[in-house]
Amino acid sequence: MRRVYLDHAATTGVDRDVLEKMTPYFSDTFGNPNSLHSFGREAEKAVTSSRDAIAKLLGCKPNELYFTSGGTEADNWAIKGIYTAYKNKGNHIITTKIEHKAVLASCQRLQKDGAEITYLDVDKYGTVDLEQLKNSITDKTILVSVITANNEVGTIQPIAEIGRICKERGVLFHTDAVQAIGAVDIDVKRDNIDLLSLSAHKVYGPKGIGALYIRNGVKCDRYISGGSQERGMRAGTTNVPLIVGMAAAFEKAVLNSEENNKKLIRLRDELIQRIEAGIPNSYLNGHRINRLPNNVNFCFEFVEGESLLLMLDMQGIAVSSGSACTSGSLEPSHVLSAMGVPPEIAQSATRFTFGRENTMEDIDYVVECLKKNLMTLRAMSPLFKQEKGDAKHV
Amino acid sequence: MYSQKVMENFANPKNVGVIEDADGIGTVGNPTCGDIMKMYLKIENDVITDAKFQTFGCAAAIASSSMATQMIKGKTIDEALTITNRQVIEALEGLPPKKIHCSVLAEEAIKLAIEDYRSKKKT
Ligand SMILES: Cc1ncc(COP(=O)(O)O)c(C=O)c1O
Ligand SMILES: [Zn+2]
Repeated sequence: MRRVYLDHAATTGVDRDVLEKMTPYFSDTFGNPNSLHSFGREAEKAVTSSRDAIAKLLGCKPNELYFTSGGTEADNWAIKGIYTAYKNKGNHIITTKIEHKAVLASCQRLQKDGAEITYLDVDKYGTVDLEQLKNSITDKTILVSVITANNEVGTIQPIAEIGRICKERGVLFHTDAVQAIGAVDIDVKRDNIDLLSLSAHKVYGPKGIGALYIRNGVKCDRYISGGSQERGMRAGTTNVPLIVGMAAAFEKAVLNSEENNKKLIRLRDELIQRIEAGIPNSYLNGHRINRLPNNVNFCFEFVEGESLLLMLDMQGIAVSSGSACTSGSLEPSHVLSAMGVPPEIAQSATRFTFGRENTMEDIDYVVECLKKNLMTLRAMSPLFKQEKGDAKHV
Repeated sequence: MYSQKVMENFANPKNVGVIEDADGIGTVGNPTCGDIMKMYLKIENDVITDAKFQTFGCAAAIASSSMATQMIKGKTIDEALTITNRQVIEALEGLPPKKIHCSVLAEEAIKLAIEDYRSKKKT
């Protein structure tokens, strides 16, 4: 059976070149970079050159980068570390209603400790309101955290403008760029970013490795206590092969971004166009232009997302559904809710995220299967009023 | 996550559709809170001779509808009323804990359809 992976926003497979670069650091060059002997020095050299490479891609200094276990840890560290370090100055944090759970749950945790959190609204395309941001900043505000590009609907935020506003008002700015690396042009100095979260596995790097950029001069509490790794800020024996893999993956993603993105945008726009032209009662979620090059997200009225996902899965197509009917009541995606999508429509949200290996033929197959499955599920749905002989209804 | 039996009933659900001259119809759930199930029964001399369903919902809801309609066909309405969601789950070889409520809908839809039949018969 044909298999089409369209869930690259969930994770990607490790690129063969990346894997090749990582491999020697598992068994051959296995030293602990903290050791003074030659084994340690060899490993340290690899970590240093990886750090240098990533710093160059982001426009920061190598000593502003701290390796973490992934994007989740980087987000937790940024939010909690800044709060601890600055809570005597103020207890107010501004974020948005469409952050990744790693940021939202960290903020909710801090609320229990006395933090005040403002969750900014978004418009129907998922873009934050800069006026609301400006009006929300008070003398108690210490941090603004806005996701660079949303993982569900792909909307890209005006990061440089947010950075400028934060700089003018003297508050720190954190952004979760996990989905954005390679897709969005990022320069932390130019864009006035104080903290930035990264993860390797969304761009063909290994899982379980990420990084937090913390601008020099920003006080951020250490997150994991122990040894002196990461300049005393994040203890734990350095994961050399994964760091090497992350640097290689980021380099490939950023240095080839123009070419990659051009190809992805062609696939993305073709799928959007084919769905809109061929499938009635389908609604694109997210911004049409300010959108991740690989992201397509649609609601298909009268069907439920999980059913569609499983039907596509039986045909070898891997997608992601935004909703899950769990624990007795439906929990529609917090992102779609914030965008004002009604719950009964949000329930059908389906995300298709492209990657390097996808082709136009994949789109032919996906559209064909989508039409067939939607016809089946809609015919089964008591919500769908079939008008017999009306070809407009799929 | 789902058992083989659930996937079979989801991939090839039995008794999907509408009975135009149904003797009892039961609808449960609503679109804002999750799954919706509409159950149609054909009943002769208090025996369920046909059952069909329409479901908007997850795989567990569709599989439960398919299994429940199969279980009640040929049963008297009193027998059908004793069928619980536990029995539907058993017949499906289990459901994930988070999906138990989806099978409750099938039990409730059958009960409502039979109630509908009885109230129509009285008048
Ligand atoms: C926007 C965003 N932030 C954070 C994460 C978490 O990253 P990780 O899987 O490396 O913990 C993800 C991925 O799930 C993501 O999409
Ligand atoms: Zn369900």
